[in-house]
Amino acid sequence: MSTLVLDTVSRWFGNVVAVNDVSMTIGPGVTGLLGPNGAGKSTLIHMMGGFLAPSSGTVTLDGEVVWRNEGIYRRIGLVPEREGMYDAVSGWRFVLANAKLHRLPDPEAAARRALQTVEMTDVQDREIGAYSKGMKQRVKMATALVHDPPVLLLDEPFNGMDPRQRLQLMGLLRSMGEAGRTVLFSSHILEEVEQIAGSIQVMVAGRHAASGGFREIRRLMTERPHQYTIRSADDRALASAIIADASASSVQLVTIRDSTRALHVEATDFSAFVRVLPQIARRSGIRLYEVSPADESLESVFSYLVTRETR
Amino acid sequence: MNATVAQLTARSLLGRRRALLLLALAGVILVLAVISRLLAGKDAEVTVVILGGFALGTLVPLLGLIAGTGAIGPEIDDGSIVYLLSKPLGRPSIVLSKLVVAIGVVVALAVLPTLVAGLVLSGTSDRLAVGYALAALVAGIAYCALFLALAVITRHAVVVGLLYALIWESLVGNLVPGAQALSIQQWALALTEKVVGARSEELGITSAVGLGTAVPLLLVVVIGFTWYAGWRLRSLRLTDAE
Repeated sequence: MSTLVLDTVSRWFGNVVAVNDVSMTIGPGVTGLLGPNGAGKSTLIHMMGGFLAPSSGTVTLDGEVVWRNEGIYRRIGLVPEREGMYDAVSGWRFVLANAKLHRLPDPEAAARRALQTVEMTDVQDREIGAYSKGMKQRVKMATALVHDPPVLLLDEPFNGMDPRQRLQLMGLLRSMGEAGRTVLFSSHILEEVEQIAGSIQVMVAGRHAASGGFREIRRLMTERPHQYTIRSADDRALASAIIADASASSVQLVTIRDSTRALHVEATDFSAFVRVLPQIARRSGIRLYEVSPADESLESVFSYLVTRETR
Repeated sequence: MNATVAQLTARSLLGRRRALLLLALAGVILVLAVISRLLAGKDAEVTVVILGGFALGTLVPLLGLIAGTGAIGPEIDDGSIVYLLSKPLGRPSIVLSKLVVAIGVVVALAVLPTLVAGLVLSGTSDRLAVGYALAALVAGIAYCALFLALAVITRHAVVVGLLYALIWESLVGNLVPGAQALSIQQWALALTEKVVGARSEELGITSAVGLGTAVPLLLVVVIGFTWYAGWRLRSLRLTDAE
């Protein structure tokens, strides 16, 4: 059982702050590191894996600092996001080389076991350069598993996988988490994280925005104020009817594409507002042309979470 | 020194096509030697021109650049170095293993062809073949150490290396006498001068520095740059800043 601890970790590149004052503890089980692209997830994983020094703060594994500590790799398996591998060697030779680099007592047996785990034994003798993206991903997994590490760090492991491979990897990560390994993977897709992660750490714009089980994160996301853009036959009349109802906190008359006028509504209660809006329109005799969510992108959900955290 | 690192390096450095190209490069000097021997006979001055100008002046720095940067540069560029760095291995041992492979390539494709070309051109007379082969060996080792370190320091190692070899050693070195004192080629030539002995001046084998200066400088470059590459590898940034 191993625990990774990030204590007030920041990392900046010149003037750009990639990770800002993040503290978190990653224990046994599967943890999902969720956040939009550019949120600092990769930077964080690189710091957890000892490939990048924190500009301030510390990253420790079971109390041991990971930066510039080569011995730490006996306990960490890393699946990088980048695809670069030794294309001229076969999958088998590459995984075997990784086992030898770990100085394992029986590298052949370890390599065989790792390739079996990721179901790559059939094509293990082909050169890596000839593998599909999914196969490369699985070979990367095999290299990370070859020394049976208690900690597994995976940077966007589902990228480029087809649905079947995705399910297989999800099953694999879940079973590793259940076996007591500390598994952390990053993703920008909530559904992926939801399906396997017992715990979720949300990153937004370099900040640690939220953490908890997926139910908590879901609740935070659905209970936030939702914004809608509405076009109707009479925007002004609809605006006054909506604001008279308690389900919205603000209504704004705005100009959208092609100088079309529309209403921008911030609903306080997501489920109440979508029920009430048609009734309001009908009562006021106003025809609704278009009702569309204005902020359903993941980024806006995340930015809500981060502003809520820093309030 | 780690055999697995060396094997992986050798496999990527000597991919099928690249190995053939490098072999062709080495073949050029042998062909030149054979043609020259057939046309001009045994001629010490021609030997000096071919071994000094082409072998030591072009072939060795070029192969040192290809092998030195190629031993680690592409892995840093495509990120595959992470598979070596995420292992409980000392960084100096990674650098040393790669350096040994790079030197091996230079020995096989530049030093040995230089020796053979020397023997074809003038046999064992004036010890020219051995003198230039020894110079090619020490220069090859120094170039590999220098260019391997450059590849760890900068992603533009090939360009910087070419600038050093072409501009500094060839152009500036020929025009500004002081610049020759900081030239691996000149340091190595001091060795040839010593091996050839009395006839060296007559044959035009004159190094800008004496052996007493050349040897310490060669040692400083090889040991210093190898150590520095290992040190830099410990803090190599693998992430492209998000």
